Amino acid sequence: MIKKLIVSPSPHIKGNFSTSSLMRDVILALIPTFIVAIIYFGFGSLVVAAVAVSSCMLFEFLITRFMLNKKSPLGDYSAALTGLLLALNLPVSIPLWMVVLGSLVAIGIGKASFGGLGNNPFNPALVGRVFLLISFPVQMTSFPSTVISPDALSGATPLAFAKEAISGGAKMSEVMSDISYTSMFLGDKGGSIGEVGALALLLGFAYLLFKRVITWHIPVYIIGTIAIFSGIFWVVDPEMYLSPLYQVLSGGALLGAIFMATDYVTSPMNRKGMAIYGIGIGLITIIVRMWGAYPEGISFAILIMNGVTPLINKFTKPTRFGEKKK
Amino acid sequence: MLKTFKIGGIHPPDNKISRDVKIEKMPHPLRVVIPMSQHIGAPALPTVAKGDMIKVGDIIGKSAGFVSSNIHSSVSGKVVSVDDVLDSGNVKKTAVTIDVEGDEWNDSIDSSLDVIYDCKLSKSEIVSKIVSAGIVGMGGATFPTHVKLSIPEGKTAVCLIINGVECEPYLTADHRVMLERAEEMLVGVDILCKAIGVTKAYIGIENNKPDAISHLKSVNKFTHIEIVPLKVQYPQGGEKQLIDAVINRAVPSGALPIEVGAVVQNVGTALAVYEAVQKNKPLFERVVTVTGKSGVSPKNLLVRVGTKIEDILSYCGYDADATSKIISGGPMMGRAVCNITAPITKGTSGILLMDESQAIRKDSSSCIRCGKCVDVCPMGLEPYLLNVMSKKGLFDELVEHLPNDCIECGSCSYTCPASIPLLDYIRVGKGKVMAILRGQK
Repeated sequence: MIKKLIVSPSPHIKGNFSTSSLMRDVILALIPTFIVAIIYFGFGSLVVAAVAVSSCMLFEFLITRFMLNKKSPLGDYSAALTGLLLALNLPVSIPLWMVVLGSLVAIGIGKASFGGLGNNPFNPALVGRVFLLISFPVQMTSFPSTVISPDALSGATPLAFAKEAISGGAKMSEVMSDISYTSMFLGDKGGSIGEVGALALLLGFAYLLFKRVITWHIPVYIIGTIAIFSGIFWVVDPEMYLSPLYQVLSGGALLGAIFMATDYVTSPMNRKGMAIYGIGIGLITIIVRMWGAYPEGISFAILIMNGVTPLINKFTKPTRFGEKKK
Repeated sequence: MLKTFKIGGIHPPDNKISRDVKIEKMPHPLRVVIPMSQHIGAPALPTVAKGDMIKVGDIIGKSAGFVSSNIHSSVSGKVVSVDDVLDSGNVKKTAVTIDVEGDEWNDSIDSSLDVIYDCKLSKSEIVSKIVSAGIVGMGGATFPTHVKLSIPEGKTAVCLIINGVECEPYLTADHRVMLERAEEMLVGVDILCKAIGVTKAYIGIENNKPDAISHLKSVNKFTHIEIVPLKVQYPQGGEKQLIDAVINRAVPSGALPIEVGAVVQNVGTALAVYEAVQKNKPLFERVVTVTGKSGVSPKNLLVRVGTKIEDILSYCGYDADATSKIISGGPMMGRAVCNITAPITKGTSGILLMDESQAIRKDSSSCIRCGKCVDVCPMGLEPYLLNVMSKKGLFDELVEHLPNDCIECGSCSYTCPASIPLLDYIRVGKGKVMAILRGQK
C-alpha cells in the first residue's frame, strides 16, 4: 500500500507563540505587582483578585457555552487575565459583590457582547472598572492606608491629595514637603491594588519585553507624553503644577501604560498607529488630571483611544518595503 | 554591526542537521523522468522520440521562447517514452523518460576536475553558452538565468549580488557548495560579472555559516568579489531583502532588482554557470539536501535531474512509517510532495521529511489583533487585513493594500499566535487581485 502523505501549503513550520502562552506571560509579569500589593495592602488584595478572576472565568464560560453556544475558550487564559487586570484596578476595600458585578460587566458587556476575544473594541477590564467608578464613586475612591505607613496619605491617592490641596489654595512646595519619591516608587501610597508599585510594574514591563509579548512603543509613548506635557506646565509654574516625576509615579499611569493600554485587541497594529495612540492617551490623561472632575484620567484616556483605534488602523499604514528610501 | 534587511523578519530554529555532511555523489538510478518544464516560462519542446539512444548532456528539450530553457539528458540510455507524467504536486507535465544504460557523456563536456580560471569570452558568447546549457535560478525560483542577465534598455547594472544566504531552515546545499566548490563557484561569479558588465560583486552569507565565510575569504583571488557576512534573519534570501541587506537599496513595489542596478544570482547558479562556460557542461545535476529529524539519514547529494524522489529517499534510508509529510524545498517556502514517484528538477534544493507531530497544522483560533504579523512582514504589509479581506471576498478593496508585494515567505503564518493560516488566504487574494489588475490593463 502506498503511504498517504499530508499535503498543505507552506509554511510547514510554526513558531512558539500561542494565544494562551502570551496571556500566561502577561499573568506572570503581574506577579511582582501582586507581591507589592500583598506587602502594602495585606491578603485582602489576593481575595479581591481571586473573586475577580473566578467570576470572570465563570461568566466567560456561562456566556460562551450557553448564550453563544460556542466551545468554551477558557484555555486561552484571556478571561483570567481580564479578571486579574480588573482586580488591579480596584481598591482593596471594595465590597466583594461589586467585584462580581464588575466582572459581569467586563466579560458580559465589555467582551462577549461584541463576539468574544478579538472583537471587543474596548478593554474589558477597564469597561468593568469605569462602570464601577461611575456607579459606586464612594467605594471606588476610598483607599485604605497601607499596612506599613498607616498615616501617610491615608484615604486618598497622591493625585487626589494634591488636587484637593492645590484647589484649596495651598502651594505646591508645601504640599510636596511630605512626599517621598522613594516610597512612591516602591508602592507605599494609597491607590488601587495594582497601581502603587512602580518598581514592580517596571519589572513586569521588562519581562514582557524580554519575552517579546509586547514592544516598548505604547508604554514609552504614553509615559513620555505624560512626562513632557506635564513637564511644560511644571516648568512654567512649579507652585501650581505637579512635577512630571510625580505624574508618572502616581495614579494608574504605569499600570495603564504597561498593562492596560497594551491590550492587543484594543490597541493599534502598526508602529505609527501605536505612536498616535500612546501620545493620545498621555495627553488625555494629563488633561483629565489637571482640569477634569476626577483626579485620575488614564482609564478614560485608554477607553477613548480604544474607541479611536479602528480609525487609527485604517489611516496609518506600516512603512512599506521600498517606500521611503530612494 | 552585521548588515541585514530593515523591515520585519523572523528567527526560526535553523535545524541545519546536514551542515557537516560532505556532498556525496548519488549513483544514477535505473530510470529517470525529465520534465520539459523545470523553469518559469514556456515548457521546452521535446527533441527526442521513443527509442532514441542518448548520452549524458545531450539536448532533449529545446527552449520555446525567450523566457524558457533548454533541457538536457542527465543520463545515458534509451528513451522509453515522451509523455505526460505527474509532477510532485500531481500536475501533469510533459516529460522524457529514459532507461539508464551505462554513463556515457557527450564528448563536448570536459569532465576533468581541474579548475579553469581563465575566461576570454565576450559578453554575448557567455550568455549564449548559459542559454544553451539551460541554466535557471537554482535557489528554487527557477527563473531562466539568461533573462536576468539581459539588462533591459535604459537600465544599467551596477553590481552583482550572489545569494549565499540559504535562510531556509534545514537546507545546506548552498552551504556545502560554498565549502567544497568554492574556487569554481567564484570563477562563476566572475563570469557572471562579465556577462552583465559590472566590476563589483558581493556574496551575501548569513553569519550562521562562519566556515563558509572564512573559506571563501581565504580562497577568493578576485579583488572585485566581496564576501559580505549578514546577520541571521529570515527571509534574507528573498531577492529584495538581500539587496536591501547588502547594498542598502530598496527595490520599489512592483519593480525588478535592476531598478536599483542590482542583479541577483544564487550560489548554485554561479557554480552551474562556471560549469557551463568553462566546462561545456549543461545543467543536468545539482546538490540536493535530503534531511529531516526522522525518516531519513541526512545527506547532501549530488543528484541527476530527473531522479525520482523515491529513489533518492531509499538511497538515504527512507522510513515511510516515520514520515507523514515530504517537502520539496525548505520548510518555509517549499511545496508538500503529493507523489514520491515524481522526479527532482533543476530547482529542487532540498527534500525535507516530517513526522506526524510536525506535519499537522494546529487548529486556528480567533485573531487577537496582536499585530505580530505586521511586525514580521518583510514587505511592510498587513497580513491580518489581507487575510480578512480575502476571506470575505473584498478583492476590489484589497488592491490598494498591495497584496502583490507579498513574497509568500510565510513569516506571518509562522508567527501568528492564533495559528491562523494567513498566507493561505493571502495567496487566494493575490490571485484574484492579479486577475483584476490584468483586467484593467
